[in-house]
Amino acid sequence: MTESTIQQSLDVEAVRRDFPILGKPLSGGRPLVYLDSGATAQKPQCVIDKVVECYENYNANVHRGVHSLGNRVTTELEEAREKVRSLLNARHVEEIVFTSGTTASINLVANAWGRKFLSAGDEILVTVMEHHANLVPWQQVAEATGAVLKYIPLTADGRLDLSALDELLTTKTKMLAVTSMSNVLGTINPIKELSNRAHQVGAAVLVDAAQSVPHEAIDVCDWDADFVAFSGHKMYGPTGIGVLYGKRQLLEAMDPFLGGGNMIRYVYRDRFEPADLPAKFEAGTLPIAQAIGLGRAIDYVTSIGFEAIGAHEHQLTVRAHEALAEIPGLTIYGPEPSQKGSIVSFSIEGLHSHDVGELLDRKGVEIRVGHHCTMPLHEHLEVSSTSRASFAFYNTLEEVSALAEAIRYAREVFRLK
Amino acid sequence: MSDDLYQEHILDHFESPYHKGELDSPTCTHRDKNPICGDEVELALRVDDEGIVREAWFQGHGCAISQAAASMLVEEIEGKSLDELKDFEAQQMLDLLKVQLTATRQKCGLLGFKVLKTMIYSLDDPQPAGN
Repeated sequence: MTESTIQQSLDVEAVRRDFPILGKPLSGGRPLVYLDSGATAQKPQCVIDKVVECYENYNANVHRGVHSLGNRVTTELEEAREKVRSLLNARHVEEIVFTSGTTASINLVANAWGRKFLSAGDEILVTVMEHHANLVPWQQVAEATGAVLKYIPLTADGRLDLSALDELLTTKTKMLAVTSMSNVLGTINPIKELSNRAHQVGAAVLVDAAQSVPHEAIDVCDWDADFVAFSGHKMYGPTGIGVLYGKRQLLEAMDPFLGGGNMIRYVYRDRFEPADLPAKFEAGTLPIAQAIGLGRAIDYVTSIGFEAIGAHEHQLTVRAHEALAEIPGLTIYGPEPSQKGSIVSFSIEGLHSHDVGELLDRKGVEIRVGHHCTMPLHEHLEVSSTSRASFAFYNTLEEVSALAEAIRYAREVFRLK
Repeated sequence: MSDDLYQEHILDHFESPYHKGELDSPTCTHRDKNPICGDEVELALRVDDEGIVREAWFQGHGCAISQAAASMLVEEIEGKSLDELKDFEAQQMLDLLKVQLTATRQKCGLLGFKVLKTMIYSLDDPQPAGN
């Protein structure tokens, strides 16, 4: 795709003006080059305004009072839930549970589904590229139930080795928990195919979609996923709000996870009856303004369109691969741009990622360094840490050049030839 | 104190560290990690009957700050007694580095120091320090 066609479909400069932080220089006047959207995305003014609107005009608790503010805020929150349903193309709005984030969503399933339906000898299939959020809850539930954790291995270029599935997927497999896009390698996994294979042996499928949702159109029905988790803050929305999608019959079969207010139909002295979906899994006061802000973020992103977003981000990723490949001693992890989303993780011989992060920051280039909550993956890659640039639709080709230039500067400081 | 982390003396220690490698038949060794960034430092000491550190070596990998600091540390502690090292304070380690560290980078700069302290105090225990 050429630059001129991109500009027709996505006016990056106009988009950047929607994000107030992008126009604010760092200390010392360095322009901000924000390449850490995979950690958390920046927020457009409309989302910030929506959260302020909520607090200034109709702040109240939801699903409780009968007063005017309570009615208004409940309507706004339920509208946001409907926007999430539409975003994911879920069949029913009660299949959308608000949580505090991807981590909470996965913990909900691991506990409310896992502890009820897993027993000793059952197998939970995960992958080597999972974020700790989609590993540790399964390790915990495996320990509690006697279930066994198994791993889908990776190919040399960082994709799932599907040839191992024949052996790994058996009637013992009860859950396949997999990311739709690696937060380090950028690899986009074939969820529809995985889901189909898992269902053939009767396993349920949970998809960690935290990295996918901001970048591509998701259709949970097409995936035929049983559970899908994502976070609001990577989707240009507020922190503290997340989503769990679950197929209705599965959510109905599960017991509540957290107990408390809002999740009950009736409480007796010795027992309770749970509320209907989705309240059954929404104990306590929800992050209300955050959920409403997420609804606004969904409107904003869908108004730009995933086709334009995907095309622009792909161009940034291709350019980053080209620019970084020219730097001596630099290794990029993960597949070619055609197989992945807008994440480029790398290491530089003679330079620890911590030093890379520090030196790039001097040039205003903000990236993530460390193990990115994927220690087993880094062990597999045989590196203790990597540096990661992650792009959003508000990033520019000039910023990709700034990244390459800052890396060259870091190598100079370390006197690398 | 300079706010520029990557000064000559830091980079010199990072590139050409003092006593980086294995120490034959050490009196004690201890290793620890900085879980945030994966920095790792192992210290090995040979201590004589008077409790004086005759040789100090380190091994590890990680950022320039953690590795340069470990190199400076082993250079500093040779010839000192274990009792002196018990009084050796974090600020003295930071002073050796001669650069201003943010709270996050202090964890890197003090990793070797932390390993030293844990090792020395564990010598008083009947149980050896774990690796």
